Amino acid sequence: MGILDLANPIRFLSLSARLLPWLAGLTALTLAVGLALAFRAPADYQQGETVKIMYIHVPFAWLAMFGYTMMAASSLGILVWRHPLADVAHKAAAPIGATFAALCLITGSLWGRPMWGTYWVWDARLTSMLVLLLLYLGLMALRSAIEDPNRAGRAAAILTLVGFINVPIVKFSVDWWNTLHQPASVFRMGGPTIEASLLWPLLICAFGFTLLFVTLHMLGMRTEILRRRVQALEARAAAEAMA
Amino acid sequence: MDHLTFIAASYAVSFLALALLVLWLVLDNRAQRRALDDLEARGVRRRAAAANDAAARGASPAASPLPAPKREARP
Repeated sequence: MGILDLANPIRFLSLSARLLPWLAGLTALTLAVGLALAFRAPADYQQGETVKIMYIHVPFAWLAMFGYTMMAASSLGILVWRHPLADVAHKAAAPIGATFAALCLITGSLWGRPMWGTYWVWDARLTSMLVLLLLYLGLMALRSAIEDPNRAGRAAAILTLVGFINVPIVKFSVDWWNTLHQPASVFRMGGPTIEASLLWPLLICAFGFTLLFVTLHMLGMRTEILRRRVQALEARAAAEAMA
Repeated sequence: MDHLTFIAASYAVSFLALALLVLWLVLDNRAQRRALDDLEARGVRRRAAAANDAAARGASPAASPLPAPKREARP
């Protein structure tokens, strides 16, 4: 049995039904611990208490990029193997990724006003993150604009792969251009530059939000599989009624 | 506005947006499940489910008018 046979929708429904309650519980627990530690963490010597925004802003940014990377991988599954679960995974990830990208921009703006003195600048990092949000919204619009789900899936997969060029631009924009946004301080050569008392709550929050993303994505995939079943049965019922 | 306002606004907006996302996903899931139940109650069933029922009644899947496909191409 090949790995693609293991990833069929029926097996996915069965496996995800067992996993979802555990994932939801673990997500709630990890986020509760992470946010409790974040609020007990000391203030930053420069940012003061405003550093508390970092504990949600940074995970939102990471997960917005993670979601798009996962959609790019799913796009390969759609175009190369034409695997139905890849199409389901791609479609279900878009609204979740868009929410995380939008929250990254909103919380970043709310941090920028007291720290930089402005809600927004057309800085390379901020602009490339806005492009990522627009890509998510464009992909959702593209899918809803094409009636045939197979064609919609292929078109969305091609646009996703073209747009994937933006993900390394988001990540390395602070190194390639002179930006107002600070450079990478966690995933960088030479190790993190954040003090451990601030870093650990951030990593736990990031893990909690990653679990939230995975849980919501799994629920979204289950819903999408059910939706396709409903559409197939409605088409079958209509065909039988006509016959 | 002091810094506390910006912190509170960030957490409030994030909580609200994520709560709405969870609510939308849960309600959409329930709506699809209900639609599927309605169809099945009207006797419109998936071929695999019909074949399983036939097998449970003692008929071989091969004798069923709706044999289970070896592998579903679409969910």
